[in-house]
Amino acid sequence: MNLLHYFRALNGIVGREMLRFVQQRERFASALVRPLIWLFVFAAGFRSTLGMAIIPPYETYILYEVYITPGLIGVIQLFNGTQSSLSMVYDREMGSMRTLLVSPLPRWFLLTAKLLAGTLVSVLQAYVFLAVAWFYDIQPPRAGYLDLFPALLLSGMMLGALGMLMSTFIKQLENFAGVMNFVIFPMFFMSTALYPLWRLKESSVLLYHLAEYNPFSQAVEMLRFALYGQLNTYAALYTTAALLVFLGLAIWGYNPSKGLIQRKGGGAE
Amino acid sequence: MSCTLNVNDLSFAFAQKTALEGVSFTVASGQCCILLGHNGAGKSTLFALITHLYDSGSGSVAIAGFDVKRQSYQALARLGVVFQQSTLDLDLSVLQNLRYHAALHGMEPGLADARIQEELERQGMYDRRKEKVRQLNGGHRRRVEIARALLHKPALLLLDEPTVGLDVPSRKAIVEYVHQLAVEQDIAVLWATHLIDEIHLSDQLIVLHEGSIRASGSVQEVMQAAKTERIAGAFRYFTGAGK
Repeated sequence: MNLLHYFRALNGIVGREMLRFVQQRERFASALVRPLIWLFVFAAGFRSTLGMAIIPPYETYILYEVYITPGLIGVIQLFNGTQSSLSMVYDREMGSMRTLLVSPLPRWFLLTAKLLAGTLVSVLQAYVFLAVAWFYDIQPPRAGYLDLFPALLLSGMMLGALGMLMSTFIKQLENFAGVMNFVIFPMFFMSTALYPLWRLKESSVLLYHLAEYNPFSQAVEMLRFALYGQLNTYAALYTTAALLVFLGLAIWGYNPSKGLIQRKGGGAE
Repeated sequence: MSCTLNVNDLSFAFAQKTALEGVSFTVASGQCCILLGHNGAGKSTLFALITHLYDSGSGSVAIAGFDVKRQSYQALARLGVVFQQSTLDLDLSVLQNLRYHAALHGMEPGLADARIQEELERQGMYDRRKEKVRQLNGGHRRRVEIARALLHKPALLLLDEPTVGLDVPSRKAIVEYVHQLAVEQDIAVLWATHLIDEIHLSDQLIVLHEGSIRASGSVQEVMQAAKTERIAGAFRYFTGAGK
């Protein structure tokens, strides 16, 4: 066991995820079409009804399309995390998760490497989305694209870890629709992805608080500030804390002695 | 012959249901040991414990002298597994699948490619290395999985009903190949099955029924204990079928 072994394994796991992604073109297309529909159709339709005040990091009045762009990047990563979770449940049912787990490496490392591999795919998707959005006149400062990278890694890891944690709770693929209804959509709609917090406060104080403490909101705010070259420290720390909690629980869930796969039978007879 | 797999007084339960009770046996290097049992006998649970997918409730498992629970990385590095269901990535090529496995075992890329060539050539699959796994038939996929399990030169090879769903010639080829491997490569093999015709007379045999070992020893010894000259008769005798 040495560092080179870890490096080679990480390389193998990331390489496999990238190869799979390249092979599955329809997955790439659907990951891109979803946020683009929100941008071209939803945002265009709501442009006139949702007026935007000047709020940081923006220094001027902005169009609604500009406001929801970071939220849609978040959505790309949220769905990618869900997709990874779905594939982990599938892998567990089909057995290929076992190939990974019987490798002579610590389980926390294998799961984190898999998480990083999925995150890199979502980062790639996010940049392709931003490239398309650029032609739609959503043009943040150039440096923002670079500043966005670490933020994308962190938010992608956090949302991927959430997906991984969910995969420990889901026994069968059939239960996945429930996850969409009870986790993904509430997380998306009760966040700052589509509307700023002050707008929510006007409608409902409860919704305001739910959105405020929603980790997805904080990830989106971190991305929003990073895209304009600023660091939102609170959002970054909140996202990091959420990552540590979700990842810790997911690793616990996949631990052979304490974990949940054991109680669920893990595909064995 | 040294003892490669040592299973000692292993018990395991899912919630209230006992899956394994007091299971003990050893497999030596160069030996092919058949774990015979009906579906639900506890074979897959035993494999999940040997591969450290689950932690054993009580008892211990050691691979090449390394305890699976306490020295799991050393133990798993000496283990090759062919799972019951195919675990290859269908959209990737044979080569990409095998390189992924080599990377997980920390193999240097040059060495990995040499080992991939060696194992695939031995099974007549090297020419098909660039094909996607989806294009291969069930028998060929199994061959690739066996090649994959052997890449890192394990001391112990586990096969969990590897011939399920295969046609007769493919089954026969795999059974012969694995028996030959045990002798030529001096590997300890543990093969779980419920098919009597996969057993050779020279094998060690363990009859597992309802989570406990009902008989073990050489095929001859197990047949003698059941006072029969046929393996099928001995299996029926120890599992209570047909009574």
